[in-house]
Amino acid sequence: MNHTRRITGLLCILIAVAAIVILITSAVHNIESGGKTDISKPIPWIIIIAVFTPIAAGLAIFGWYAWKKEYNNE
Amino acid sequence: MPSPKGIWSIITASSVGTLIEWYDFYIFGSLSTIIAVKFFPSGNPTTALLSTLATFAAGFIVRPFGALVFGRLGDIIGRKYTFLLTLVLMGSSTFLIGCIPSYATIGGWAPFLVLLLRLLQGLALGGEYGGAATYVAEHSPAHRRGYFTSWIQTTATLGLFISLGVILSIRRIVGVEEFTNGNGWRYPFLLSIVLVIVSIIIRMKMSESPLFAKLKKEGNTSKNPLKESFGHKLNFKMVLLALFGATMGQGVIWYTGQFYAQSFILTKCNIEYEQANTIILIALLIATPFFVVFGSLSDKWGRKHIMLAGMLLGILLYRPIFNQLFKIADRTGLAAIATETKNSEMKDKDGTVVLTRVMTANFADGSSSKITTKQKTGTPDVITKQIVLNDSGKWKMVGLVALMVLFVTMVYGPIAAFLVELFPTRIRYTSMSLPYHIGNGVFGGLVPFIATLITTIPGTNHLSGLWYPIGVASLCFVIGVFFLPNKIDKQVTD
Repeated sequence: MNHTRRITGLLCILIAVAAIVILITSAVHNIESGGKTDISKPIPWIIIIAVFTPIAAGLAIFGWYAWKKEYNNE
Repeated sequence: MPSPKGIWSIITASSVGTLIEWYDFYIFGSLSTIIAVKFFPSGNPTTALLSTLATFAAGFIVRPFGALVFGRLGDIIGRKYTFLLTLVLMGSSTFLIGCIPSYATIGGWAPFLVLLLRLLQGLALGGEYGGAATYVAEHSPAHRRGYFTSWIQTTATLGLFISLGVILSIRRIVGVEEFTNGNGWRYPFLLSIVLVIVSIIIRMKMSESPLFAKLKKEGNTSKNPLKESFGHKLNFKMVLLALFGATMGQGVIWYTGQFYAQSFILTKCNIEYEQANTIILIALLIATPFFVVFGSLSDKWGRKHIMLAGMLLGILLYRPIFNQLFKIADRTGLAAIATETKNSEMKDKDGTVVLTRVMTANFADGSSSKITTKQKTGTPDVITKQIVLNDSGKWKMVGLVALMVLFVTMVYGPIAAFLVELFPTRIRYTSMSLPYHIGNGVFGGLVPFIATLITTIPGTNHLSGLWYPIGVASLCFVIGVFFLPNKIDKQVTD
């Protein structure tokens, strides 16, 4: 169980990094000048990336704690 | 601990207030199309910006911020006064939205004021839930904590149920024209003030949570709940575990089963407005009692197993269920037994001629469809489709939506007790509010946006948007399986 927790932690770190990269590249790809839909306007992307970045950081920290066996059973 | 009679008055007082807050928050969402026309007219970049902020900032930024602001207050001055304050803030904001003159009357002030009040709604909602759940849990006996707190969990779904019921009723009473183009849409907002006043009177009579009152008497309340919650590693680890092992998955399951399903039936299946909302209403009514059933079962089986089972069912069954919803509404290949086409012509506000063609078709199984095409020179044709299902199709959809709401009750019913048991009394309000509102407000609230984003990828179809909630719930499920304890914490007085 403790070994699986460490692997899950590593997976969380990778997912956190991937999520931010995907969000930023999607924003660059979808934002259009004078965009009419939500995904083509800059404001939703700014809000989502601003809010999601600390959450992704939290997921990475969670993963790091798991990797460092902080959640392991005594 | 209070007497059996006492605990029910506590649950009633807490639940009614929370229910009204959800009602207030939902009516804005349900009436967003009308609000957009009245306050955020298209073609104006400033109102478009304010409209986008009202949609995104209220859920994503202000709700978690409200959790921090009111969570801190609740851990310093007490649960009772804090969630009384959130109720006043929510009720007055909702009432005032119903009073604001439209953009046509007062110009730019109208969207600005609506945005401001919507943000206050988000702030209040962020503070309400944690207070109510904590308050009830701290009054509950350990062996029935899941059962008693599950009544608070019913409020989010019942709030949606009541908001839809009120909107449909008023729409019928005043007529669609008055509701949409007159002042009818304002009544659900104005009604809120009556509900809030009643709830405030009930809550004023309540006393402070016994656990918090004891802490306060002993001088052991937290001086800085934010620092204790997120600055101390031991507790911060639990906040992260609550978010990524429980509320993140719960948020997407909750949003997908109720709101995405509603939106899918309306926009992808093209079911007629009143029939679509009736389907949702009946499904909510059927499934809502299961919040209490699963809350109660969590007292026997533990919180983790029930929550994760609900998540797993969502992960495995969302795609087949949504596919089935789509198939029920799909009229492709069905031969119509009677068709009718009507053409009409009228002039737009700017004097341009608009040609309207309405094609109705009745099918042998009793269902019907209506396709409206509006043609205006210089603009692309606008085609809208409406399908009215026969009874069999309608009840099949009710069953499928009720099944998805059942998954919601599994993950959502026990979660208040789970979160309360994870954190100590002195910082409980703050510590449980933030993961809850990030899970529901951010992860859940992102479902429509990310789902739309996914469907822009070449090769995707109407079901591809579901990969977001399925992916988030899967990660949460894995973390939950390996990291969450299934024990029921008998001791919440720490």
